[in-house]
Amino acid sequence: MTAAVKIDVARLDAWFGRVHAVKGVSIQVPERGVLAVIGPSGCGKSTFLRCLNRMHELVPGARAAGRVLLDGDDVYGGSVDPVLLRRRVGMVFQRPNPFPAMSIRDNVIAGLKLNGLPRDTDEVLERCLTQAALWDEVKDRLGGSPLALSGGQQQRLCIARALAVEPEVLLMDEPASALDPIATARIEELIHELKERYTIVLVTHNMQQAARTSDLTAFFYLGELVECGPTEQIFTNPKESRTEDYVTGKFG
Amino acid sequence: MPSHTDKIYENELRELREKLLAMGAKVELAIASSVRALVERDTALARKVEEDDTEINREEVDIDDCCRRILALRQPAGSDLRFITTALKIVTDLERMGDLAVNIAERVVDLNAAPQLGSYADIVKLADLAQAQLKHALDAFVDGNPSAAQVVLKGDELVDAVYLKVFNELVGLMLEDSKNIRRATALMFVAKHLERLADHATNVAEMVIYMVKGTDVRHPHSRGLAEE
Repeated sequence: MTAAVKIDVARLDAWFGRVHAVKGVSIQVPERGVLAVIGPSGCGKSTFLRCLNRMHELVPGARAAGRVLLDGDDVYGGSVDPVLLRRRVGMVFQRPNPFPAMSIRDNVIAGLKLNGLPRDTDEVLERCLTQAALWDEVKDRLGGSPLALSGGQQQRLCIARALAVEPEVLLMDEPASALDPIATARIEELIHELKERYTIVLVTHNMQQAARTSDLTAFFYLGELVECGPTEQIFTNPKESRTEDYVTGKFG
Repeated sequence: MPSHTDKIYENELRELREKLLAMGAKVELAIASSVRALVERDTALARKVEEDDTEINREEVDIDDCCRRILALRQPAGSDLRFITTALKIVTDLERMGDLAVNIAERVVDLNAAPQLGSYADIVKLADLAQAQLKHALDAFVDGNPSAAQVVLKGDELVDAVYLKVFNELVGLMLEDSKNIRRATALMFVAKHLERLADHATNVAEMVIYMVKGTDVRHPHSRGLAEE
């Protein structure tokens, strides 16, 4: 079975000013697949992720070149509205960042409000919180503050918020690194459930997390893609010696 | 080859390798002693092989513990993971080889209680081959050398051929005189144990190929997958 390619990246370069952060990366992510991106700090993995929904260019002095196709359409094409693109390609960050002044309910539907409210916000609210595996825990306090939630719950709230605008792709940048092991396990379980509907690209420093959650793993080093392959292969028998050194802990 | 950033982990892996080699050396000695006990009619040596097996068994348990600890605490990946899974498998082969040396020694105790039946020349030849197979398999493991392991796999054919020759000779002795049957049967067991020893050496060699190359050559089916 060969799934359709959802994200097709070819010869992607990204810079911060003069710093060449991503160098000629080509990668394909199949529809409803999970790609994990691993590599040491500063290897360009987060920058790569941010190029996929054009968040990279929001940093002053940052630019990108190359091709990123989403369903065959170039996301860097002249007619593409980055704001609309980011609705299709949602993002979840390392630190849970709910809007503190809003209620749990308003956090989830915040993206929808910006885009004009849908017919039935209650339906969206329940659907997204259920998909984010948070509904049962918050359904009786939707008007409460998100700050009363635990870190893991806040992160799932952020995932629910990302899901509300009905994206096709979810980018996750270290989504569980600030969470305890139980909350991490819930996020990982959630990734398994979300891949039924979404294509996911996950950046993580936690190699076991990459091994547990992803179908494909890409290893970045010094801005280059060293190797990308089936996750099982990357962790049992990688082709490149630099990948081998990294997954066995022989770096630096 | 770069070493692990975590030196304690590096040491744990090195210790595991050394333990396997030490156990392998004990098994080699047990096999050599069991055959020498036969050829030199040294019953005391045969009894020593039986006694010394407890040490080999203890080492098996120790190595298993080591592997489990590394799996639980280090979550090894890549070549480390293949090394640990290989260690877990070959330790079982080594322990079984120790048992086979004991089985030989048990037969030798019986055989030495009666006059020698015929020449032991071909049994000695079989024993030398089986020991060489184990030695080469362990060397291949130490050196991480898949071509040396491949030579062991090829070598098993000769072991089987010599075993068949010994088998036929012993059947001949049984047909000659029914009084030979008891001793010939005991020698047949010795020969069978030696042939099995060589099979375990082959298992070790197959795991060495997996450890180094990540390809599984144990069965025609897995070989086919590996070649795809």
